[in-house]
Amino acid sequence: MNDLTLLLLILAMMAVTFVPRYLPFALAHRFQLPPLLQRTLGYVPVAVLTAIVVQTTLVRDQQIHTDWQNPTLWAAVVAGLMAWRGVSLLLTVCGGMLVYGVLRWLF
Amino acid sequence: MPMTTHNKTLRAGHELPVNAYLAGITDTVPLILAAIPFGILYGALGYSQGVPVWAILAMSLLVFAGASQFIAVGLLASHTHPAVIALTVLVVNLRHMLYAASLMPEAARLSQRWRLPLAFWLTDETYATVSTHLRHYRDTGNLRWYWLGSGSAMYINWVACTALGAWLSRDVPDLTHWGLEVALVVAFVGMVVPAIKQFSHLCCAVTAGGVILLTYDWPHNTGLLVTSLVAIGVGIGTEMLSKKTAPLNGATHHE
Repeated sequence: MNDLTLLLLILAMMAVTFVPRYLPFALAHRFQLPPLLQRTLGYVPVAVLTAIVVQTTLVRDQQIHTDWQNPTLWAAVVAGLMAWRGVSLLLTVCGGMLVYGVLRWLF
Repeated sequence: MPMTTHNKTLRAGHELPVNAYLAGITDTVPLILAAIPFGILYGALGYSQGVPVWAILAMSLLVFAGASQFIAVGLLASHTHPAVIALTVLVVNLRHMLYAASLMPEAARLSQRWRLPLAFWLTDETYATVSTHLRHYRDTGNLRWYWLGSGSAMYINWVACTALGAWLSRDVPDLTHWGLEVALVVAFVGMVVPAIKQFSHLCCAVTAGGVILLTYDWPHNTGLLVTSLVAIGVGIGTEMLSKKTAPLNGATHHE
């Protein structure tokens, strides 16, 4: 791929990234979402973030890895427990990454 | 010291834009921290796949979407047609439309001049931060500054870490095998768990986790989109079915 094609691709990527982010905002003052749809959209963070987490944790090279020697899985479990116990996000992130580092070193 | 709700209440009491801006940055710090290894990983991956450094940086500056950039670099390396790459990026980014739609009531109060940068900076991280903030506090007029603080800090950090990754991987070629993506996992776990406040949220999360394992190998990440829609449907469905029983907490911030 030559540089011009690459640049055009990046500009196209910019467009297809920005438009979905902006379109609802551009229309925001024209109409209000019905309350039921607003409540439905309240589930977006839980749904999307959970799916990303499970995919990144368990899927590697197009295969599901649930063996106990998957350090990412343990990092996610520890982070989940910390967050559930009300530990701050900053400490949760640090704790999860620490667990991952130690396990990578052990396994 | 752990960030407590009490602390947040005090900070949210600030009336000045600058305080809201700084609070937006502070509340995003854990996610910024998690984005550092992720940004380095992206830069290193791009470099190791032979993508020119200017293009690696241009994507971070102009596109600013972590997952899409990873996928684009991977597809570039496998000589995928540019149109297919752009289409894939569009599909991966459709979740941002859900984010933006859920923030429409807040966006309606902003001028178009504000909506443009806030839309450009609407990442997973900033959306998670802003929506968490809105679960606790109403927008008293300074939400835009809070949001801007979160978005701009993520942006500067992302561009810098991308450059660092590309630069580091010249000397550390195996950087891409360090498993730096774990940072993203623990950060998202830390955001999701506190958001699970009632039974319907739990059903939504369990569904999302289950369905993605059935759809992860669908082409162009369409599995993520389908999974999200199914899980959202299960969540709102459970909520409507269990409406008679008292919820633990308000379902959304829009009431």
